[in-house]
Amino acid sequence: MAEQRDTDALFKALADPSRRKLLDLLHADDGRTLNDLCEHLDMSRQGVTQHLDVLEAANLVATMRRGREKLHFLNPVPLQQVYERWIAKFEKPRLAALAELKQKLEKANG
Amino acid sequence: MAKSTFVYVTYIRTTPERLWSALTDDAEFMKQYWFGVHCESEWKAGSRWQMLYPDGTVVDSGQIVEAEPPRRLVIRWRNQWNPELNAEGDSLCTMELEPNGGAVKLSITHTIEREASKLITAVSGGWPKILSNLKSLVETGSIALQSYEAGKTSRPTENAA
Repeated sequence: MAEQRDTDALFKALADPSRRKLLDLLHADDGRTLNDLCEHLDMSRQGVTQHLDVLEAANLVATMRRGREKLHFLNPVPLQQVYERWIAKFEKPRLAALAELKQKLEKANG
Repeated sequence: MAKSTFVYVTYIRTTPERLWSALTDDAEFMKQYWFGVHCESEWKAGSRWQMLYPDGTVVDSGQIVEAEPPRRLVIRWRNQWNPELNAEGDSLCTMELEPNGGAVKLSITHTIEREASKLITAVSGGWPKILSNLKSLVETGSIALQSYEAGKTSRPTENAA
């Protein structure tokens, strides 16, 4: 299933400290060139390029050409989907329980 | 001049024509994935463009700069709801739709000619939720987030997206 493949690519891309560092760098300052990103990682230029390719394939990084430069942007859309799929859904029952508790306690007070 | 730019990309399993319509003239469909908001425009270069809350309040307004259905849409976009964001002036939102296998790659670039733009920060909270909802709705027929608050950021500044 195509959706399954997307999710696998996303979690595999996140399962590496250098790639997570690249995402943090882009979060701090978006629209960076390869040269700029290389300065912050203790790794060959080729290594950084490979990591960026994995991130781009998982749609976590989007690139844009400006003249001869290729700029890298953090793409938060897949992470939003992770949030909805893996966090928001599981949080709901607990939030409902808290709301109910608040209601009961306030009723007891009044 | 310094720029604030954000780029959002999502792959949606649909046709460019269907996606174009979901992003433009299909107001009822838009309300479903955009937390009740819809747009009004003739969707031609030069025509006026407005984004409205369900009660008719104008959230953002501007002009269509380029319209090449179903490939490319550029909107000159200014917030009308929040005085601070309004003071930042016009931003430019570019939507590009490219067929990619059985899907469409939707790239949205939102830029403004100023550094550390609050408008761009505000829309950054909104776009991922909206696009994620749009993808779910087009692909599965239902949305992931029922309300904007479900994503945990304050409304409605971010809703300016």
